[in-house]
Amino acid sequence: MGALVLALTALGLSLVFGVMRIVNVAHGEFFMLGAIVAWYVSTLTGSFLLALLVAPVAVAGVAVLADRFVLRRIGYEPESTIVATIGLLYILQQTVLTTYGPYARPVEAPVYFRVDFPWFGYSGYKLVVAGVAAVLLLVTWMALSRTTLGLQMRATQQDREMAQAFAVPVGRVYTVVFGVGAGLAAAAGALIVPVQQAHYLMGLDALLMSFVVVILGGLGSLRGTLVAAFVVGLSDGAISVLFSPTLAKIVATLLVALVLAVRGRGLFGEELA
Amino acid sequence: MTDDRRGLALGLHLGVLALLGALQLVLPPFHHGMVARVMVLAAYAVGYNVLLGYTGLMSLGHAMFFAAGMYGTGLTIQHWGFGAGAGFLAGIVAGLAVAAAVGLVTLRTAGPAFLIVTMMLAQAFNLATLYFNDVTGGDQGFILSGLGLDLFGVRLAFADPAVKYNAALVVFAACLLLSFWLTGSPAGRVLLALKENEERTRLLGYNTVRCRLFAVVVSGLLSAVAGSTYTLLFSYVGSTFGGILYSIYPLLWTLLGGAGTTLGPLVGTLVMTYFVDVASAITTGYLIVVGAALIVMVLWAPAGIVGGIRVRWAPWLP
Repeated sequence: MGALVLALTALGLSLVFGVMRIVNVAHGEFFMLGAIVAWYVSTLTGSFLLALLVAPVAVAGVAVLADRFVLRRIGYEPESTIVATIGLLYILQQTVLTTYGPYARPVEAPVYFRVDFPWFGYSGYKLVVAGVAAVLLLVTWMALSRTTLGLQMRATQQDREMAQAFAVPVGRVYTVVFGVGAGLAAAAGALIVPVQQAHYLMGLDALLMSFVVVILGGLGSLRGTLVAAFVVGLSDGAISVLFSPTLAKIVATLLVALVLAVRGRGLFGEELA
Repeated sequence: MTDDRRGLALGLHLGVLALLGALQLVLPPFHHGMVARVMVLAAYAVGYNVLLGYTGLMSLGHAMFFAAGMYGTGLTIQHWGFGAGAGFLAGIVAGLAVAAAVGLVTLRTAGPAFLIVTMMLAQAFNLATLYFNDVTGGDQGFILSGLGLDLFGVRLAFADPAVKYNAALVVFAACLLLSFWLTGSPAGRVLLALKENEERTRLLGYNTVRCRLFAVVVSGLLSAVAGSTYTLLFSYVGSTFGGILYSIYPLLWTLLGGAGTTLGPLVGTLVMTYFVDVASAITTGYLIVVGAALIVMVLWAPAGIVGGIRVRWAPWLP
């Protein structure tokens, strides 16, 4: 379960980094915002399915606005972009704090069934989460490899100027990628609300774990991101059983810092900066 | 820069320090304490500026150096019964050790990679202080009491506002003058060259690796000095000061005041601390001013306050 949701979040970050060459520090807040929007929608309308549809779209809208009014105007300059996304992080997080409040609130899981294996039981919703996440990953994958927009994204990723010379609307591709990246994180956030709870500080952990995945998988390599998400998602669970979760996080962050320090491109990917 | 311009700049710096010294006579108690705090935090920002403004490396992990100074001082006083002076030295040693280690690990990274590596290392450091909470007190932290310094037979208690203010002033003055001296020194010039064009600096025969290490260590050292001073003057140690917010603060203060200007960190810290103070009286989400300030600066004022003044009116400002 954790692995697929993590993969979804990390894929968004990886897509944005790969195509736009920017580090989006506010990515975790898009995840958080997805969870919060899902809580609001499902509490107001009583339909979790609607929440699952609304959350990614609404958050993608926020991301597109941020792209239009901030990132585009600073020309996606790497360090200014990082500063701007840190600013975005605090604006989103603190807006949620003042409106939604400092509470951790869950949503009722939409399905109730348990799958019982002889040796352990499994809550049905977790399987649903895994299924939906897997479908979303597959859809993203197909969109990237089979559609014109996906082709344009990959062209922009490989060579921005050459893509522009071949009439790829690079500006629009950037906006779409930023929106889709945020939407993927928001979908992951919405999916996880019934299992965890919606809280305004849940973004930082999501961001750090996504960084861990994206860096281990290789910056800009989508396939690497997926593989790393499974390795990290499964091993994080296993390590957390044996040791304390804090210790597991310390080990993971240190490991990633060292990987990036020794090999600037992560394990399989391209050079950062 | 010609020598008389340099003299003018030195005069300005001494004038600012004298002004800060004179302020304590007129400030009402609340602002008296506030400015003392600002001076300690500004020393932290001065340390950050050595790396961002004069070497061109943007770090998101400086809280680790601040916290190293803080824990180095706080833990030795709390657990080993060190005095204030020995605790201060322990904080500096801890800061130097952490800075040297981080400098060595990050040698090969630049730009966004440097930023993420420092952020990850700081996060691991902060989680470690939470993990060993039976020693560090975790996010509750611990309070020290009765801190003071015996100077020529006179007991200077840090709880006394006047002592607090002047101790903060002395530490800030030392950090400011060190950074002023650095901008005029050959070593500082090489750092600037590194910021402008690392490749060319290396071709000119400078050992850029050693220069970078030097910059990280100096920057980390000043940050640790600030952290240690904060512990001594405000008698508190806690993991909040090692969190990501305290890595973002010096970035914000430095950018707001003007990265690459010696007085920028002070101006930025002063303005932002008061902004945050006013905002926190209005709303629980007061950190929104931090976010808004970052975006406003990136969009409309990338040079910061002092940087803007330098561009328009005073090109001689260091």
